[in-house]
Amino acid sequence: MYTDNRAQGLTLFWQSIWARAYPRIFGMLRERSWMFFDTFLPLLGTLSYVFVYRAIQAPEEYIGFVVVGGAMTAFWLNMLWSMASQLYWDKDMGNLELYVVSPAPLPAILLGMAIGGLVNTTMRATAIIVVCSLLFAVPYEPGSLILLLMVFIVTMTALYGMGMLFASVFLASGREAWHMANLLQEPIYLASGFFFPVRALGFWFATFASILPLTLGLDAMRQLLFADAVTLRFLPVEVELGLLVVSSVVFISTAMLALAKLEERGRREGRLIERRR
Amino acid sequence: MRDDAAIVVQDVNRIYKVRGPKRRSDPQEVTALADVNLDVKRGELFGLLGPNGAGKTTLIKILATLLLPSSGTALVDGFDVVKEQKAIRRRISMVSGGETSGYGLLTVEENLWMFARLYGLDNKTAKERIDSMLKLMGLADRRRTKIADLSTGLRQKMNFIRGFISDPSVVFLDEPTLGLDVGAARDVRAFVEEWMDDRPDRTMVLTTHYMAEADELCDRIAIIDRGRIIACDTPENLKRSLKEETVFHLKVAPLGKRPEANEHRIEAVHGVRRVSTTEVNGHTEVTLILETEEALAGVIGHLEARGSNLLSLEKQEPSLEDVFVRMVGRSLSVDTSQRDE
Ligand SMILES: Nc1ncnc2c1ncn2[C@@H]1O[C@H](COP(=O)(O)OP(=O)(O)O)[C@@H](O)[C@H]1O
Ligand SMILES: [Mg+2]
Repeated sequence: MYTDNRAQGLTLFWQSIWARAYPRIFGMLRERSWMFFDTFLPLLGTLSYVFVYRAIQAPEEYIGFVVVGGAMTAFWLNMLWSMASQLYWDKDMGNLELYVVSPAPLPAILLGMAIGGLVNTTMRATAIIVVCSLLFAVPYEPGSLILLLMVFIVTMTALYGMGMLFASVFLASGREAWHMANLLQEPIYLASGFFFPVRALGFWFATFASILPLTLGLDAMRQLLFADAVTLRFLPVEVELGLLVVSSVVFISTAMLALAKLEERGRREGRLIERRR
Repeated sequence: MRDDAAIVVQDVNRIYKVRGPKRRSDPQEVTALADVNLDVKRGELFGLLGPNGAGKTTLIKILATLLLPSSGTALVDGFDVVKEQKAIRRRISMVSGGETSGYGLLTVEENLWMFARLYGLDNKTAKERIDSMLKLMGLADRRRTKIADLSTGLRQKMNFIRGFISDPSVVFLDEPTLGLDVGAARDVRAFVEEWMDDRPDRTMVLTTHYMAEADELCDRIAIIDRGRIIACDTPENLKRSLKEETVFHLKVAPLGKRPEANEHRIEAVHGVRRVSTTEVNGHTEVTLILETEEALAGVIGHLEARGSNLLSLEKQEPSLEDVFVRMVGRSLSVDTSQRDE
């Protein structure tokens, strides 16, 4: 038993992240066949786009776009979905109850779920980049590496907030939310400009799609990786980075509020304790 | 805050809204708890005894901050379950029977380590406690087994260790021996008793629908039925309340369907207080609570007149089961849950 204080709170937060990431990471490593499919199946989607672009003789830059899009989306979508989907299974197995009863903060548990998923998405993204770069001459011309890293991390942070927001909806709702999340996946792929520069959809659409941190992050990464991308960009990198910082703050603070509110509602309506029956 | 009370429950009600298969239909209300009042003293091993559907789990989940009461207040270690859940969560733990928690691909040790960390234990303490508790529970040789490969009994033992690893101040055990074989159930009970004996300042609330378990373990017992607490006392006092009466257990040839009608007919015999019947492998077991022993002759006469002959007859010291029958007119084994599935 222990008492309240800030240092202990932080330690607990930190410990809880790794505790929850652990089963995801090591469970994965123990199932080699899943690991294989998880790494190589997503490659096919990216490859097929590359072939389509070749076939229709799209500008050569598009190929690099698709490769980076495929790799980054693997990472970032993990941030977005992994919390909600793992929460769903955890609830079903009875683990969620134990997490809620424990002193571990839920945002830490959720972050642990996302970080645990990073191991296999890193492999997936690496596979996409390596295989595609070997097969096709992707004309990388990286600009500032520091900016690249910053864009990457800030996008992850914003997506953590957004993913947490989705996850909180699961706390107070049943299976319907799960189906909704699955349905949303396709439009999000489209809007984020996974397979083509988002500007291709028009300025207003791009503006709207920028609510998704994925959209801005991808656009900025592409600009930083390909010199030609400037002509296809939506906004300058610095502006996009600034917007991503703002959306990180907004998403994370909204998610914290929503998590507390919806946990409360879940307790009131008995949603935390129900199982699939 | 009252220092001697680990748990205070005041006028707690809990209503579930249940939707039928048709989406449009108005939700039905199920009252799972009705005006529940309880005090559990620090250091007490407190039992909630009642049939399936009585509301035991609902009460546990309210105290464990997973569910809000629809009305009323409850305090755990002096903290309000509605608003001060964070403080409560640092002090409690919960283990339920038939749990499927944990991650099948991780080993026993890893699962326990994970939960220990969620309670803020440092690595060293976590490992030491896991070590000693695995030994205590006789699970030491399974520490590297993936939990997907464990039998139900061993898995429940692991869940038990998880519940105690944080050295909680208040422990909630919801039907801890549910589905366990006799040996595993005995181990679990022995562990509970020892843990409480070693730590006089800890409190435990245990639910069960096995009266022998409640009788053996608990300092005090609340008997709960259809969401209401109908008695709350030590096992001895509860049983003593039956001392005036005489309890017989009869086995008779099957009385036929409609147990309620059968019970009513027997209760109509002069001198009979309460009757409950249960069908067991081709015969009927009858628990009789009589005002005086003389009433027995009347009951046997009645049974024979209905063509059901007596197979065996036993006069017994009253058990908690009999207390329940006396108070409710029903056996503990009758399922009273009202789920429309
Ligand atoms: N999540 C739920 N939704 C709706 N009704 C429920 C729910 N949980 C329990 N109930 C109902 O509430 C009553 C009490 O259930 P419960 O607390 O599980 O009893 P016990 O643990 O004593 O078997 C039962 O009638 C049960 O059907
Ligand atoms: Mg129950």
